[in-house]
Amino acid sequence: MANLASEFLGIRSPNPFWLASAPPTDKAYNVNRAFEAGWGGAVWKTLGEDPPIVNVSGPRYSALHSNERRVIGFNNIELITDRPLQVNLDEMREVKRNWPDRALVASVMLPMNERVWAKYLPMIEDTGIDGFELNFGCPHGMSERGMGSAVGQVPEYIQMATEWAKAAASVPVIVKLTPNVTNILPPAKAAKDGGADAVSLINTINSIMRVDYETLTMYPTTDGMGTHGGYCGEAVKPIALNMVAEIARTADTSALPISGIGGVTDWRDAVDFLALGASNVQVCTAAMVYGFKIIDDLTDGLSRFLDGKHMSSVTELVGKAVPSVSDWQYLNLNYVEKAVINQDLCIQCGRCHVVCEDTSHQAITQTLNGKRHYEVIDEECVGCNLCVSVCPVDNCITMQQIESGIDPRTREAIDPVARNWTQHPNNPMRKDD
Amino acid sequence: MADDAADIGSGRLGEEELKRGFSDLHEPLSRSEALIAADRCYFCYDAPCTTACPTGIDIPGFIQKIRSDNVEGSAQTILRENIMGGMCARVCPTEVLCEEACVRNTHEEKPVEIGLLQRYATDPVLASGKQLFERAPSSGKTVAVVGAGPAGLSCAHRLAMLGHDVVVFERNDKAGGLNEYGIAAYKTVDDFARREVDYILAIGGIEIRHGAVLGRDVTLDSLREDYDAVFLGIGLGAVNALEIDGAEDAAFQNAVHYIADLRQAQDLGQLPVGRRVVVIGGGMTAIDIAVQSKRLGAERVDIVYRRGAEQMGASKYEQDLAKTDGVVIRHWARPLHLQDGGVKVVEFAGTALNDTGRLEDTGETFRIEADVVFKAIGQRLADEVTNDAAGGLVINGGKIVVDETQATSIRGVWAGGDCVGGGDDLTVTAVQHGKVAAIAIDKALRK
Ligand SMILES: Cc1cc2nc3c(=O)[nH]c(=O)nc-3n(C[C@H](O)[C@H](O)[C@H](O)COP(=O)(O)OP(=O)(O)OC[C@H]3O[C@@H](n4cnc5c(N)ncnc54)[C@H](O)[C@@H]3O)c2cc1C
Ligand SMILES: Cc1cc2nc3c(=O)[nH]c(=O)nc-3n(C[C@H](O)[C@H](O)[C@H](O)COP(=O)(O)O)c2cc1C
Ligand code: SF4
Repeated sequence: MANLASEFLGIRSPNPFWLASAPPTDKAYNVNRAFEAGWGGAVWKTLGEDPPIVNVSGPRYSALHSNERRVIGFNNIELITDRPLQVNLDEMREVKRNWPDRALVASVMLPMNERVWAKYLPMIEDTGIDGFELNFGCPHGMSERGMGSAVGQVPEYIQMATEWAKAAASVPVIVKLTPNVTNILPPAKAAKDGGADAVSLINTINSIMRVDYETLTMYPTTDGMGTHGGYCGEAVKPIALNMVAEIARTADTSALPISGIGGVTDWRDAVDFLALGASNVQVCTAAMVYGFKIIDDLTDGLSRFLDGKHMSSVTELVGKAVPSVSDWQYLNLNYVEKAVINQDLCIQCGRCHVVCEDTSHQAITQTLNGKRHYEVIDEECVGCNLCVSVCPVDNCITMQQIESGIDPRTREAIDPVARNWTQHPNNPMRKDD
Repeated sequence: MADDAADIGSGRLGEEELKRGFSDLHEPLSRSEALIAADRCYFCYDAPCTTACPTGIDIPGFIQKIRSDNVEGSAQTILRENIMGGMCARVCPTEVLCEEACVRNTHEEKPVEIGLLQRYATDPVLASGKQLFERAPSSGKTVAVVGAGPAGLSCAHRLAMLGHDVVVFERNDKAGGLNEYGIAAYKTVDDFARREVDYILAIGGIEIRHGAVLGRDVTLDSLREDYDAVFLGIGLGAVNALEIDGAEDAAFQNAVHYIADLRQAQDLGQLPVGRRVVVIGGGMTAIDIAVQSKRLGAERVDIVYRRGAEQMGASKYEQDLAKTDGVVIRHWARPLHLQDGGVKVVEFAGTALNDTGRLEDTGETFRIEADVVFKAIGQRLADEVTNDAAGGLVINGGKIVVDETQATSIRGVWAGGDCVGGGDDLTVTAVQHGKVAAIAIDKALRK
């Protein structure tokens, strides 16, 4: 089977799965269990200045559930480590000594003061860690104190603090970005300009989970009051993937190695991140929801996937899908697909019909000769993929290209030559060719 | 009346009906069914189902891999603990093992369909024949395994994986033991038992000598001398006798022998089937002979068991299966006499538990007429094995005594499966015994 051995900034690990800085990496006890289970590396729970911060003693977490009570999204208001620095450093030193083949990275969050960085980083590096991750991401609590996402939202601060870290550290420095920005590129560029060796993303997204329907307060609360938390888990993956791909496909930032984070739960999520430009991935919520054993499916599934693609290492997969990500204006407007329903597979639930009828283009029949019958009306179908998305039967509705002839909807001949918006006659700004 | 000729004939049912009765008891799951079933798994930590599995398969682990479409990885998770995971998926009484332990039973009384999911995961690998395990470098040792049933084959496969060579001595023409000759036909269709044996042997390093019988062609002493270790997986070769007159006992057919003929039959339509059938017993074999007789076209089948429904060795699911097929199960009665004048008349005594909890006759009697009578009251160790015990093989309650590593009282000899005490006479337990013994043998050989 494909060898998953990974090297990120020269930091080796037996597989590309690291635990993200969070509760699973808060103590030696947890990290030892993780390494016993097979995790490739761990980014230690974010360290700060002494005296340590204090966490609330009420609920820190809450979840968005599916009907089956699967955790789809996860929210937290936990701060950085609440243990004295020396306790963490002693444990990190011991863990690294006992697990020399695993990656151990120290996450740090410090105030915007160069002297503080110069003081703490060498102390932390002395434990034998393989690298630093600068936490410019936590969107709750710490940001009120001018750290975390308060830094990550201001490119100038990112660059400044990265420069201080690079000056104080001799091991690689990874900058962990916050997704709570309108455009991820300026923060990534700032990290690069500050000398960062890599970026990792995403940290959590500002979130309030819901309201308590009895008390009509937000939920959960601490003594009746709540505050926004950071959102993560499966639900945030698409947001993270977009940001990773943006950095990977933009000339200014494409040279930056990326550690992909956000919603990785099974091996396919890892394939998504890697193919869109990440060189390894980090996991938090899935481990918090299922325990460390999921590493077995992550590594086994990824390894077999690589075999199936005749790839002998993870590196071959990295960035494979990046060239397929483009801007809307470059999509071929002459390309036509229609939905096709496989009548043998259809269980006649009618969902495709009703959603198309109510919310889209009235392009799916309901009956034929008085009997339930669902069929696409090519004259109406715009190829939107809604029916494919809602059909409960896998592969029952598929999108199929019409390569030539007349498009029954537009009644125009299909042009085999690609034409995008920049070339389209309806575009007043089109470039004439 | 009892002197009429018994009504025993073949071809009671047409080809179509036979096909229906002997096709797969459970249809395999399609991909979408499997995904829905897998999604119901809560991925329990220290999962009760895994604890309940005699071979300790990581059940949430393999289901998680089904969910992520990693079917081959799922199969490997299963086969790593249980190389007969394919057969066990078909024949395990999951309703009293993993599925009984499933936490879903708490709210819904509907466990995750672990057996069917296990089959979904393992079928493709057995179909493709892809080997998922490699042999360790050769140890230069050779182990003798007696019996190519689940216990013997599981032991042989694990030994081969660990780098040892194995010679298997097997009485029958075909390997597989009761998988091939005993399990109900509708649980293992399409020659699955043979295909699974082929898959297991394909790892290499395992030679089977068919027609070689312990006690006739080889002895325990000669095996101990010629091989580095010995494993006995010989099952139970003899059939228990009823507590009635010996000649009358002889008129009862052995259910296991009839089932062996059924399993090997090229054409089920050629098998002799009684119009009215009586079965004595309360275990899996009693249910199997009753249901299969019915599906071969018997008009009436009665199972008579000397205790109540709860005491039956067959699970409630198996009992319900028989009832659905129209089998009548009569409790609290035991045979006293059999008059054989062509048609057989069995006289039964009613039974009950007395104040001290012992079974005794109530004094009531009744008779049932039948064309064929079967006994399915359990098997015991064949005499040739017990006789060979001169070498010091300790036997207790008719079974070989072993410790927790499956070691017998004789140094260098391990045993497992139905032939040892303390088991529950299930395929899955035999597989576990073979695996545990192989690991112990490996340890001993590497000392
Ligand atoms: C009718 C019937 C139905 C059953 N149904 C189920 C079921 O649905 N589910 C379930 O889990 N279990 C079932 N069982 C029980 C299950 O089949 C056994 O527990 C299992 O096969 C035991 O495996 P084994 O390897 O110990 O013995 P066996 O399967 O009996 O194999 C023993 C092997 O040793 C060979 N052998 C014996 N003596 C010698 C000798 N002297 N020399 C050489 N070779 C020898 C035999 O030929 C045979 O191949 C059923 C049993 C019967 C009889
Ligand atoms: C309870 C909790 C605490 C976290 N604490 C930290 C932290 O101390 N430092 C940090 O950089 N990220 C922290 N994170 C963010 C995670 O490291 C990660 O970036 C985020 O959860 C997205 O990944 P996921 O979807 O795999 O959980 C925390 C996340 C959670 C759920
Ligand atoms: S959604 Fe799928 S299954 Fe349901 S009616 Fe439409 S095609 Fe058939």
